[in-house]
Amino acid sequence: MGWLLPFDNLLCMALGISFTVWFTSLLVFIIVPAILGVSFGIRKLYMNSLLKIFEWATLRMERGAKEKNQHLYKPYSNGIIAKEMSTLEQEIQELRSSSTTLSSEPEFEMADIMSFCRRGVESIVDDEVTKRFSAEELESWNLLTRSNYNFRHISLRLSVLWGLGLLIRYSFLLPLRITLAATGIGLLVVLTTIVGFLPSGRLRTYLSEKIHMMCYRICVRALTAIITYHNSENKPKNGGICVANHTTPIDVIILANDGCYSMVGQVHGGLIGVVQRAMVKSSPHIWFERSEVKDRHLVAKMLSNHVADKTNHPILIFPEGTCINNTSVMMFKKGSFEIGCTVYPVAIKYDPRFGDAFWNSGKFGMVSYLLRMMSSWAIVCSVWYLPPVNREEGEDAVQFANRVKAAIARQGGLVDLLWDGGLKRGKVKDTFREEQQKLYSKVLVGDQEDQTGRSEYFTICSVTGIFTHNHF
Amino acid sequence: MGSRASTLLREEEIEEIKKETGFSHSQITRLYSRFTSLDKGENGTLSREDFQRIPELAINPLGDRIINAFFPEGEDQVNFRGFMRTLAHFRPIEDNEKNKDPTASEPLNSRTNKLLFAFRLYDLDRDDKISRDELLQVLRMMVGLNMFVSQVLRMMVGLNMFVSQVLRMMVGVNISDEQLGSIADRTIQEADQNGDNSISFNEFIKVLEKVDVEQKMSIRFLH
Repeated sequence: MGWLLPFDNLLCMALGISFTVWFTSLLVFIIVPAILGVSFGIRKLYMNSLLKIFEWATLRMERGAKEKNQHLYKPYSNGIIAKEMSTLEQEIQELRSSSTTLSSEPEFEMADIMSFCRRGVESIVDDEVTKRFSAEELESWNLLTRSNYNFRHISLRLSVLWGLGLLIRYSFLLPLRITLAATGIGLLVVLTTIVGFLPSGRLRTYLSEKIHMMCYRICVRALTAIITYHNSENKPKNGGICVANHTTPIDVIILANDGCYSMVGQVHGGLIGVVQRAMVKSSPHIWFERSEVKDRHLVAKMLSNHVADKTNHPILIFPEGTCINNTSVMMFKKGSFEIGCTVYPVAIKYDPRFGDAFWNSGKFGMVSYLLRMMSSWAIVCSVWYLPPVNREEGEDAVQFANRVKAAIARQGGLVDLLWDGGLKRGKVKDTFREEQQKLYSKVLVGDQEDQTGRSEYFTICSVTGIFTHNHF
Repeated sequence: MGSRASTLLREEEIEEIKKETGFSHSQITRLYSRFTSLDKGENGTLSREDFQRIPELAINPLGDRIINAFFPEGEDQVNFRGFMRTLAHFRPIEDNEKNKDPTASEPLNSRTNKLLFAFRLYDLDRDDKISRDELLQVLRMMVGLNMFVSQVLRMMVGLNMFVSQVLRMMVGVNISDEQLGSIADRTIQEADQNGDNSISFNEFIKVLEKVDVEQKMSIRFLH
């Protein structure tokens, strides 16, 4: 091995130089612009070239499938079935309309069972809720194994491209991103702790804002997140609450990149706990102990106190309470809407072509999720700031929450659902089934029941979102 | 993840299912994707719990009966073939199928087979007869417990105040046991022709001869 020795020095020098070059370019192209808040536009260029490559890849797959005369699997973006639009009541009344006698006796038809049956099987084939808790399926392929359904149709050229993509993502992008993330988080912890020693006042607030923004910008680059903010004139102001739809923990970074917020959340252990404690030193955030989460009044009180102080940043809350896959908005928990301050709705929509951002917490832990995020191409999303809203006269918290939810869903092009996101893990309450049973009973017994109760009954039945959780 | 699943379904299997059920190729692959997304245990079969996880099915008063229809007698797991065979009952009847070869076996989505599916929802013990008891049980499933009974049960389980308050607010529809009993009696009286105080499948067909079964028991599958 003697002949290696003269090369030893050269090797060391080469390594040293490349390391320095790499670090300097990292600093110049990524970290410094992050600190200053400017952008070279590299990411937009990256995004456009990627799109062209994906289109090409999809075309090749389709061509490959056609050549072999096989079928290409297309996700059911249009739905598997077309559901009947009529309600259960209408269907059953139709059955009755053929008979002319208006007897006061309860009328039952054996065919009634068919309406229940068909609806049941329709929901087995395609229901509105369960598909929100898994990643959305894409029309085109984005060169990630995780989103490919047509393995058989990959030609040699495509495989080479995929291999190249794999190499780039795991050997170049991933280490780069991890370095950036480490830098960002490290700086955040260190600097906020330092600023925490200053006496509270304008200087401290100013510095803390600058530090938070800088670190979030570095984190955004660590994920190669390409964000477009719309309607910045509606950005949340101090003394208000910002609500947004929830898809992933990265939502926080995406929003905080453009403004300063106070976070709300549970106290965690480990690395996240360290970050949380550091953040709290320089600006007020609201972190709850696990036991305190259940105490609605305590939570409401802390939020009101925070909001009452107009020098505090707006609170960032995700009223869905859990991550949904960005195709719909599920029930908003009413807690944040009871506080009585201005609500600033924000809609976040991710572009799934570049990498699916949804965190399926049942399937992936936080660390493996972050690794997946950092090894996908990019995270592209749009953020819309909606005009601020206040609770109107005669509107209760639930109606207010639904109004805000509808606005967010409309803006983001998402489906507005009344179902509770908690159904990801829990069972649906029996009261909903009882409502269906009561509906049918009413049809059976006919119009004999007292009229006064009717309107209350039907209002309650139609808004199925009422009977659920009473905590945040 | 449903995504890789379609590659695990072999072409031969798809052809067999196509012949047996009449679904198209793309419908079968889509339904397979749905099957695997429901299969949380990832073992290629569905259990009753997998079905009960669907909220819209869980709130259907006859949800449990419908789920039962997917499982063959005495079994707790259903594979994809069985799943498709059951779903095939809900395929709409196409015109070109009506004039097929009369010697060929009846397709799963014929009017008779649709009626048989509905009949089996009533026939709890699978003895090919709907007795008064069975009819009563199914009726009770469809109309729910008396409000008073459900309130008591609720209080026993210690539900939160808010829900029981609202329950009290709702004007209850009490269909008593006597009322249900008379409904059951009347229904059997009208349908029963051979006097055995229960409804056989042929009597069932007769009762429903005016009902548009083809439309009521069909789901519009997209291509």
